[in-house]
Amino acid sequence: MAPTLRIKDHWREQQLFTGRLLVAILFVLGLTGLVVGRLVQLQVGKYEYYSVQSSGNRIRVEPVPPIRGLILDRNGKVLAENTPSYQLEMTPEQVPDMADTLTRLVASGILPEGDLPELKEMVASRRAFDTVVVAERLTDEELAAFAVRRPHFPGLDIRARLGRSYPYGTAAAHLLGYVGGISADDKKTLDPTAYAGTTHVGKISVERSFETRLHGTPGHEDVVVNVHGRKMQVLDRVRSLPGEDVILTIDMDAQMAANQGLQGKRGAAVAIDPRNGEVLAFVSTPAYDPNAISAGLSRRAYLALQEDLDQPMFNRALRGQYPPGSTIKPMVALAALHYGVATAERRVGCRGAFSLPGSSHRFRDWKPEGHGSVDLYNAIEQSCDVYFYTVARELGIDRLGSFLESFGLGSVTGIDIGGEKTGLVPSIAWKKKAFRRPGEQVWFPGETVIAGIGQGYMLVTPLQLAHATATIAAKGQRFQPTLFRGTRNSATGTIEYEAPRPLPPVPDQEPAQWAAIIEGMHGVMHGPRGTARAVGLNAPYQMAGKSGTAQVFTIGQKEKYIAKDVAERRRDHALFIAFAPLEAPRIAVAVVIENGESGSKVAAPIARAVMDAYLRNPS
Amino acid sequence: MSTSAFGLSLEPRRRVEQGLLGRALRFLHLDGWLLVGIGGVLLISLLALYSAEGQQLTELLDQVARMLVALGALLFMAQISPSWLRRGSPLIYALGIVLLILVMATGDIGKGAQRWLDLGVRFQPSEIMKLGLPMTLCWLLHDRPLPPSFGVLLIVVVLLVVPVGLIAEQPDLGTAILIVLSGAVVIFLAGLGWKYLAAVSALTGAAMPALWLVMHDYQRKRVLTLLDPESDPLGAGYHIIQSKIAIGSGGIFGKGWLNGTQGQLEFLPERHTDFIFAVIGEEFGLLGALALLLLYLLIVGRGLYIAASAPDTFSRLLAGSLSITFFFYVFVNTAMVMGLIPVVGVPLPLVSAGGTSMVTLMAGFGILMSIQTHRKLVAR
Repeated sequence: MAPTLRIKDHWREQQLFTGRLLVAILFVLGLTGLVVGRLVQLQVGKYEYYSVQSSGNRIRVEPVPPIRGLILDRNGKVLAENTPSYQLEMTPEQVPDMADTLTRLVASGILPEGDLPELKEMVASRRAFDTVVVAERLTDEELAAFAVRRPHFPGLDIRARLGRSYPYGTAAAHLLGYVGGISADDKKTLDPTAYAGTTHVGKISVERSFETRLHGTPGHEDVVVNVHGRKMQVLDRVRSLPGEDVILTIDMDAQMAANQGLQGKRGAAVAIDPRNGEVLAFVSTPAYDPNAISAGLSRRAYLALQEDLDQPMFNRALRGQYPPGSTIKPMVALAALHYGVATAERRVGCRGAFSLPGSSHRFRDWKPEGHGSVDLYNAIEQSCDVYFYTVARELGIDRLGSFLESFGLGSVTGIDIGGEKTGLVPSIAWKKKAFRRPGEQVWFPGETVIAGIGQGYMLVTPLQLAHATATIAAKGQRFQPTLFRGTRNSATGTIEYEAPRPLPPVPDQEPAQWAAIIEGMHGVMHGPRGTARAVGLNAPYQMAGKSGTAQVFTIGQKEKYIAKDVAERRRDHALFIAFAPLEAPRIAVAVVIENGESGSKVAAPIARAVMDAYLRNPS
Repeated sequence: MSTSAFGLSLEPRRRVEQGLLGRALRFLHLDGWLLVGIGGVLLISLLALYSAEGQQLTELLDQVARMLVALGALLFMAQISPSWLRRGSPLIYALGIVLLILVMATGDIGKGAQRWLDLGVRFQPSEIMKLGLPMTLCWLLHDRPLPPSFGVLLIVVVLLVVPVGLIAEQPDLGTAILIVLSGAVVIFLAGLGWKYLAAVSALTGAAMPALWLVMHDYQRKRVLTLLDPESDPLGAGYHIIQSKIAIGSGGIFGKGWLNGTQGQLEFLPERHTDFIFAVIGEEFGLLGALALLLLYLLIVGRGLYIAASAPDTFSRLLAGSLSITFFFYVFVNTAMVMGLIPVVGVPLPLVSAGGTSMVTLMAGFGILMSIQTHRKLVAR
């Protein structure tokens, strides 16, 4: 049977369309009728009723915004609070001589002359009894200056408003985030009733993630107004309920130590409690000043932040992706043990370089003369590259990659602030997808070799690295990293804690194998040839660690423009991971310093300082 | 078929066409009837906004500036002939999709700050889709026999689901629904069989409970407030109570310009944006509100007339879809302000303060004018 061939029949289609158009017109007329009917019902039928309502309408409902909850560290230190800031307000109808008052305000230095035209316009456009803000965020000096002259300025008054402030400033900036004025985009997702009267909302990080807990419930006032709309009296008041206080897992001592160590550097440090995934320190430098941002930046100041070469707005701990370098080696060693590629006793001869069979390309060791014959302990302690080239090749990229993924690398950790990056654990399938040209889609054996020392395509975030270190410290037990310890009801003081969230552990691993790599990491800090033995000296506790130095193979887009900076920005990244105390670890740390050159010399001391600060307090 | 709109006699029309004004309009590819309707609505808008914004001239001038930009968009679109528009449709659609995906991908970090600072002009790809989607559907149906076959309908569904899904993810449910509607109108006008229509209606009915589940809490509350406005004194309930009082107390003749107590004493929330219709009802009364509705009907009617006399499938479907979608905006806003449907945050087209949606609307009118004026050139 021949298929029925349909061709365009223009005449018939025109008829069809006209028919449909008629239906549409009926539809339009019907709905219009509905609207007109409703108008008539309201404006003619119920005119009397609404007229009375309108003339009796002297009670206006005004929202009373709630007070935002505090943010506390695990020991109750206040990280974000609400502090009054003072502003000078004017009620035009109470000012006897406006022009004279304004002149004297400028003369006394309270009002900048540049603000004068805008203020005059505001006065002209508002009703005489509406207050107008003359100056915001008065300093103590300005407050005093006005207080002295107050009798000479009838109609002007100082009023306090609550603003968000962050006592630790830049030290906790990327951790806490900031609040900002509610934008049109925010309005789309916010409940207009809950936010009636609220001016600021959490924009990023903790302030944003815990917005619903921090915000609270607004109250309202029923206000009687006279026929001109002036407030006469408050009839009824339903008080607002303050938001909950959010208790973070952060330990401010550890946080400050990390921040101190990172000063003047571009980098990040994250510390996690291996027993439950609680994040103890979370620092990214350089950072912005959250106090300035929450108060409102000028456009120029904002652009300056955005265009700063060092990217102070960039949360490196959460979103920076770096090659892990040698910090990956303990995990590679564990993979070798797991798959039977190596035993703790197996020895590999290191003469300073490694070549694949049938190839002349030499993969160099960091130590040109080689480490001699090394076993697994020596390999980790001295960070022998040749050892890991060898086992990585025998493992193959797919086995190595999937093993690393069981530590949470290559996917988000699920920490409770948004915007986390996944990092990258390469595989043969990944490469096929990621590259377009067939020649580039092939996985080369050499790429497996360098993956063994954390180079090549592999990328991790500082948060992932800290999470993986905590997993080693807990011998394979994993917990979702969290910043949220619990809440405190600001009215009753009741504290509720959140339970840790376990993740699938690293599968099938014998205790002896964990012991072997941890012994190697212990050697890094305390062994005779440990790469970071200088940092492990004189510690009141035993620790385990691993240094890493990662080659920088890309340069950020903006950086190429400034030639003199390029050399500095091509230097290797310095990394370090560590945990302590050795026997019963309570803290695991990862530190990344961009272009810091040496993991053991630059990053390790910071990790040590963080552990010192945290372990100084009894648990 | 008569060549005059609304059965008016040919005489005055011919006089206009021969005069200077007529020649200017023809040269600029503009349509007089639509311009009269749009101009009238904009005039009412300025009067109402001046009153609603506390008689501040600066705010009003901002709106005038936005109107001029939007008129620019109209003028621009009117110059592009329908055949070029048709060929460009899939490109506009593709561009819209790419931008929507970009919005998804470049989320969070900068945006948190940018939202708050609002640097310069912000651009919403979903606005492109308001035109791009119906245009592309019309382009798809242009060469195909109508009513569309089942296979074509499947393509239509895919073309519809992708952008709507992306926009609903943003999340901007209101815009997503309006875009679905614009697509539905195209398919309806294309002659979709009644059995499909019945099936879609049944499906929509069945989907309502599901919709309830995906709604934000506050959106559910808005639906519930419709039934009991007093239950929500700070939010949508208060809005509705106050806007009904405003409109009702306006009576037949209104309280007079700048004399509406509800608006002037700030009982009426969002009076310069979503609830501007209440200001018009209060100050200009039933007569004013009817005048505005008449102007809207003039625009919609002229649009449908342009659709009916358009020479090809693409122009016909597009003109019909743009006109009816425009009417939807009008209906949804006015019905919402008078408490007939839940508060959904759709502005009153061409009247509410704000520029983004006005530019899109005016670009749409530009397309209508292009369809009308280029047809005549071809015919001659």
